[in-house]
Amino acid sequence: MSLVRFYLSNSREVLGLLGQHVLLVLVSTAIAVAIGVPVGILLTRRPSWRRPVLGLANVFQTIPSLALFGFLIPLPFLGGIGARTAIVALVVYALLPIVRNTYTGIVGIDPAIREAGRGMGMTDGELLRLVELPLAAAVILAGIRVATVVGVGTATIAAAIGAGGLGVYIFRGVAVVDDRLILAGALPAALLALAADGLLGLVERRFAWR
Amino acid sequence: MTAVLDVRGLGYVLQGRGTGEGGRALVEDVSFSVAAGETLVLLGRSGSGKTTTLKLINRLLEPSDGEISIAGRQARSVEPYRLRRGIGYVIQDVGLLPHMTVEQNVGLVPRLECWATDRIRARVRELLALVGLAPDQFAERRPHELSGGQRQRVGVARALAVDPPLLLLDEPFGALDPITRAELQREFKGLEGRLGKAMVFVTHDVREGFLLGTRIGLMQAGRLVFLGTVEEFRRSTHPEVRAFLEAAA
Repeated sequence: MSLVRFYLSNSREVLGLLGQHVLLVLVSTAIAVAIGVPVGILLTRRPSWRRPVLGLANVFQTIPSLALFGFLIPLPFLGGIGARTAIVALVVYALLPIVRNTYTGIVGIDPAIREAGRGMGMTDGELLRLVELPLAAAVILAGIRVATVVGVGTATIAAAIGAGGLGVYIFRGVAVVDDRLILAGALPAALLALAADGLLGLVERRFAWR
Repeated sequence: MTAVLDVRGLGYVLQGRGTGEGGRALVEDVSFSVAAGETLVLLGRSGSGKTTTLKLINRLLEPSDGEISIAGRQARSVEPYRLRRGIGYVIQDVGLLPHMTVEQNVGLVPRLECWATDRIRARVRELLALVGLAPDQFAERRPHELSGGQRQRVGVARALAVDPPLLLLDEPFGALDPITRAELQREFKGLEGRLGKAMVFVTHDVREGFLLGTRIGLMQAGRLVFLGTVEEFRRSTHPEVRAFLEAAA
C-alpha cells in the first residue's frame, strides 16, 4: 500500500521515468531491427560469413551489461554520459537474437518452396519479399520479442550512466537501502517486460502459417 | 507444325567433391522437340535424369552443354526469371506457397507481371473453374485446407496463369492416392486436348505415360535411350523399355 502512495505522490516523476524507459527500449530495438534483419538476410546469401558474424554477436552478448556501459563512456561519438550511450549498448545486446533468428528463419524454409518460387519466375528480390520474409516472419518476430524483453531488463542499468529510466529508482533504492524504492522501479519494469512479451507474442501468432 | 520446345545435345555435368575428374554427367546428349498440342512423357527410373532435364529447360539448373530454344528463342539469351515466367511449372506436393491463399497462388505470376488487379481476379476465377474448383468456395482457402488432389489442381491452374506456350510437369500426381490420381489423370487428359500446349511430363508410371503422352521418351543414366510414340514404345526391343513394360504388365 505504501507503494501505491509513493506512486500517487510522485506520479509525474514515475510517468517521466517510465516514458524514458519505453523510449530507450523502443529506439534501441528499432535500430537493432534495422541493422539485424538486413544482416541476417545477408548471411543467408553469404554462408561463409555466418560463423564470424554470429560469433562476434555472441561475444558482445557475453560482456556484462554494466561493464559494457562503462566501456562505452570514454568512446567518441558513441559514448559519453546519457541516453545515447545507453542506446548503443542496448542495440549491441538486441542484435544477436534478431540476426540469428532472421538467418535461421530463412534458412529453415523448405528448399522445395524456394525452388517453386524461383521456378515461377521470381527474381531474388521478389523471392525475399513474397516468400522468404513472410514465411520466416514468425521466427524473426520471436527474435525481436526476445530482444525487446531482454532490452527492458537491461535498460534498468542504463540509469547507472545517467540515461534515466526506471533504473533510477532501483539504483537510488540500492544506495539508500530502501526496498520500497527498489520495488518502485523493478515492478513496473517487470510489468513492462511482460506486456511487451504478450503483445509481440500476439503479433507473432498472426504470422504462424499452418 | 513448328516446335515450341527444341532441345539439342543437352548435357549437365555436376562439379564438386567426390564427382571425380571432370565431374559426373547427370544428363548427356539429350535431344528432342515438342510441338504445340503435344505431350512428351519422360519416363525413367529414379535418378535417371528426368527431373534434371526439366530443370535444365527452365534453367533452375544451368546446362553445361547443348542448345534449348523455346517458342523460337534461345533460352540462353533470356534472363532466367523472364524465361521461367513464360513456362508453366507444376511440381509434386510442395509447389504451393503455404502463406498465400489459393487466389494469391494462382495469381502470382500475373502479379509479378504487374497485371491490373481486376484482370488477375477474373483470370484466377476462370482458371479455377477450368480445373474443376468452384471459385467462390476455394479462392480464399490456404493450401493446408485443401486435399492433395485439390492442391494439384491449383498447381495446374497456377502454371496456366499467364497462358504460357510450354508446360513442364514433374510428377504432378505422384503424391496422390490411386483413386484421386486416376481422376486427375482423366481430367488432365481432357485439358490437354483443349489447351493445345506443348508439355513435358515427367513420371515413372508407365500407365500414366501411356494415358497422357503423345510420345514417350525413356531416360536411362542421363541419356534418352528411346523416343517415339506409345505404339513404337510397346514394340521396342530396348532392354530398358522391356523392363518398364514388364513392370507395368
